[in-house]
Amino acid sequence: MTIKDVRDALRARYICGEELEGREVHSACGSDMMSDVLAFVKDRAVLLTGLCNPQVIRTAEMMDIVCIVFVRGKMPDDIMIEMAKEREIVLLSSGHRMFSACGLLYEKGLRGGAPYR
Amino acid sequence: MNESITLNYDVDSSDFTRAGEASSNVKRTLKLMDVDPEIVRRVAISLYEGEINMVIHSYGGEIKVIITPDEIEMVLRDKGPGIEDTELAMKAGYSTAPDNIRSLGFGAGMGLPNMKRYSDDLKIESKVGVGTTVRMKVYIS
Ligand SMILES: Nc1ncnc2c1ncn2[C@@H]1O[C@H](COP(=O)(O)OP(=O)(O)OP(=O)(O)O)[C@@H](O)[C@H]1O
Ligand SMILES: [Mg+2]
Repeated sequence: MTIKDVRDALRARYICGEELEGREVHSACGSDMMSDVLAFVKDRAVLLTGLCNPQVIRTAEMMDIVCIVFVRGKMPDDIMIEMAKEREIVLLSSGHRMFSACGLLYEKGLRGGAPYR
Repeated sequence: MNESITLNYDVDSSDFTRAGEASSNVKRTLKLMDVDPEIVRRVAISLYEGEINMVIHSYGGEIKVIITPDEIEMVLRDKGPGIEDTELAMKAGYSTAPDNIRSLGFGAGMGLPNMKRYSDDLKIESKVGVGTTVRMKVYIS
């Protein structure tokens, strides 16, 4: 699916990167702990998180994550938005809580990685 | 690319917002050098975990990255407080991070296990009261 499909499924709104909405996403990962996210390597992933600080953007950068969804209506500040734009990372904000947001994307066929070993 | 390149960074332990700038810079440099994206990602994640550890757990220090045609070597040296039991610190889930760090998204005790997982070689030398040196290598071929 594409970033636009993610947005539609979550009825989320673009914070930045709307022009990149045609990009493909292949997997997803939901966590508020960044080292949990960093243990997950998959191509073209979406990150769902309730955490809202610059290290979320950095974590996404290190992992080549294409899109971050802030759940529970969280809004990043200008510094974070600027960082995301520079790195071509799409930012979305959704009113859904983590569980529901993950479930909605799973229902659309998006999957996580293999179980952690 | 035949020559080797060395990159140096200072890591300030009090600046959480800027944490990760060194890793970000190294990642960009490797991309410009056309290093395989999978290798770049493994270096970026390992170095970022190490850099965050320096910011969160240490009094600061320096990072040196040596890029040669065969490998990327990362040396992270800090000024203390050191790690009492490095074997214990390596265990998945072990963390001494306080609650305020956890609320920033770190302190899952997964950083060192991730560094071991994504690098080809990891060595930690630490002395309480002196400091910690983490050496990691990622092979290019
Ligand atoms: N540079 C360092 N100086 C002093 N102690 C360290 C250093 N790096 C790691 N440690 C110790 O080792 C523990 C485990 O580190 P690790 O990176 O695995 O987990 P964490 O940093 O606590 O959490 P996470 O990495 O998941 O955010 C830390 O909680 C800390 O006690
Ligand atoms: Mg850590």
